[in-house]
Amino acid sequence: MATNGKPEVVEVSTDLLIVGGGMAACGAAVEARRWAPAEMKITLVDKAAMDRSGAVAMGLSAVNTYLGENTPEDYVRYVRTDLMGIIREDLVYDLGRHVDDSVHLFEKWGLPIWKQHGDEGKPLAEGGKPVRSGRWQIMISGESYKVIVAEAAKKALGAENIYERVFVVKLLLDGKEANRVAGAVGFSVRENKIYIFRAKAVLVACGGAVHVFRPRSTGEGLGRTWYPPWNSGSTYAMLLQGGAEMTMMENRFVPARFKDGYGPVGAWFLLFKAKALNALGEDYVLKNKAHLKEYDPYGSAAITPTCLRNHLMMEEMRQGRGPIFMDTPTAMKELAAKMDPKQVKELEAEAWEDFLDMTITQAGLWASMNVAPEEKPSEIIPAEPYLMGSHAGCAGAWVSGPEDFAPPEYRWGYNRMTTVQGLFTAGDGVGASGHKFSSGSHAEGRIAAKAAVRFIGDHADFAPCVAQSADELAAEIYRPLATFEKYRSVTTDPAINPHYVRPKMLMFRLNKIMDEYVAGITTGYTTGEASLTHGLELLTMLKEDSAKLAAKDLHELMRCWENYHRIWAAEAHLRHILFRQETRYPGYYYRSDFPKLDDGNWRVFANSRYDPQRGRWECFTKPVVGLVT
Amino acid sequence: MPSFVYAEKCDGCKGQARTACQYICPNDLMALNKEIMKAFNQEPELCWECFSCVKICPQQAIEVRHYADFAPLGASVIPLRGSDSIMWTIKFRDGRLKRFKFKTRTSAEGSIEPYDGAPAGSPGDLASPNFFTEAGKTLPVPTR
Repeated sequence: MATNGKPEVVEVSTDLLIVGGGMAACGAAVEARRWAPAEMKITLVDKAAMDRSGAVAMGLSAVNTYLGENTPEDYVRYVRTDLMGIIREDLVYDLGRHVDDSVHLFEKWGLPIWKQHGDEGKPLAEGGKPVRSGRWQIMISGESYKVIVAEAAKKALGAENIYERVFVVKLLLDGKEANRVAGAVGFSVRENKIYIFRAKAVLVACGGAVHVFRPRSTGEGLGRTWYPPWNSGSTYAMLLQGGAEMTMMENRFVPARFKDGYGPVGAWFLLFKAKALNALGEDYVLKNKAHLKEYDPYGSAAITPTCLRNHLMMEEMRQGRGPIFMDTPTAMKELAAKMDPKQVKELEAEAWEDFLDMTITQAGLWASMNVAPEEKPSEIIPAEPYLMGSHAGCAGAWVSGPEDFAPPEYRWGYNRMTTVQGLFTAGDGVGASGHKFSSGSHAEGRIAAKAAVRFIGDHADFAPCVAQSADELAAEIYRPLATFEKYRSVTTDPAINPHYVRPKMLMFRLNKIMDEYVAGITTGYTTGEASLTHGLELLTMLKEDSAKLAAKDLHELMRCWENYHRIWAAEAHLRHILFRQETRYPGYYYRSDFPKLDDGNWRVFANSRYDPQRGRWECFTKPVVGLVT
Repeated sequence: MPSFVYAEKCDGCKGQARTACQYICPNDLMALNKEIMKAFNQEPELCWECFSCVKICPQQAIEVRHYADFAPLGASVIPLRGSDSIMWTIKFRDGRLKRFKFKTRTSAEGSIEPYDGAPAGSPGDLASPNFFTEAGKTLPVPTR
């Protein structure tokens, strides 16, 4: 591969730059193009191919946020309880009033949505009743979910405005105006090319962070994380380095899923009414319900928050009453008792489709282990932690709220704009407002994109000024390749060399630090001030050593930058956990030195900001303002 | 299981700028060995087993052997993806077979018109909170 010497520099001037190609970015593309005047240029950059990029690449078996007969107020109450009382109600309400519109578009574009008997063929938009697996979830045949959503986005923007296989690694701050974004830089993972994008507004939506923590599978199964391994914390890293204020970065999501395959449990719990049992065959959720009182008012809520459900499972495992099994045979038997043979066959197909549409490994693992769900129960387990803002987690940026009703302290101009002028985010990027899932991320991309189009129009005379030269930027991005070339022949095996670190080893070092000191699986999701302080010391050395990353080719260069981004996401997570002196999310993580939930002092947002000029972090609180009773 | 490529079946997508699997892999895992003109998974331990390469391969040369560090050997999951549906063949370790067919889309591939049905010109007030598809609609705001 021709990686020696200087790469070709491609300079692109645009108005709106969309970084990412997943659900939020695709929503942004469709909405922005419709509102933007013809002369306004919109450019989308994806490090993969849009048809199969982002978290929905494999497909999904449900759309998890569809309000239907519920009100946005109901939705706020649900998200608030699940996230233990600390959410931006303005953002959640705003999403709730918009999300169904995106689902209606998906159906119009060709996504098969399951309907109740009698309503087959009747679109949701015309009152067709979906098959609900829960109050908020609807079942779909979603193998091609992302292909469909990407097709609409690509049609909207036009192929000439889309750069696939270009990995944006860094935002560019304006050289003249302080706290103002001016574009971004990246590189082709296929050709010897650097891209410098100058833009009037940038929307960063490239997902959450996976492989920050050591996963349970570390051999060939390293890649079988629950969220996709290509979500490398780039959103958080780039926003942080750009100086954007972040919120709730201490939050994480620990999914309890079928062991190793990480197949979905939602349909099993909600649609098939299966129960999880401990090794004694007890329904531990029912048995231990009283234990949750210490986390009131959230513990006694009608629907137990996700972290507390994990907490009950972890308690059983700590007491030696694991493994925990999903009792699929009893559930299937009870359902089948009310059905004719044809319906039973359909039920079986539905159970398999649930996996095949979104976690094919789980179907394969069942087949590998001779598990037919009607015969054998399957083990479930809490996974390694993930950082994300779209699922039952709420890490992300602190953004301006909806202009028509957000409280003044949450509003500084443009909806979903960060604290950096012209810098927007959506999906996993927006903090303190989880439970968007795929549909909500698409809708939030649309909200942010419309605001960005208005921002660009309002700042028509702004000319982005990039302070660094193209040569400087190219040298910075290609440094790991240069390091490898410079030192590779010093040793007889390029894999081991005192002058550099290869990206995979850097990731393993990060995984080990986070796992052992920042409440990973090794310590039962528990940490305290001493561990965190020591972890930060080790993380700081790791960050210093990232300057010695070495890449033998463009593929490894991508891994170098991904892992550099992971370090930034990890540092924010660690600093936030250290800052919040309570245990807000039992079942996600525990502070051994502050084991109680402390609503009196800590029902506040934990926010942080990295100052790119001074290179300093600060953590502080912001008040929670309620809008819905 | 990570994806792997059968040497006998892969033709390196001859005549194309790059192979179909290289084009589609979300994690940039599929690479082409130019000496033998055959594709391979260059980093199997970072494979999500999303099956995108398996589904797109014109030669059906790619399959998945589930992760060796936890999956017992002998099973297989094979998709055959058409333009509006997908057929799955699942072989258990003990030899049992299951076949399923699921819908994938209700529209023709490439037929989506994102603004189909929308009136020409500006869809409304740019300063309003409405999506282009929500023109004229009064959106709710929180009531205490």
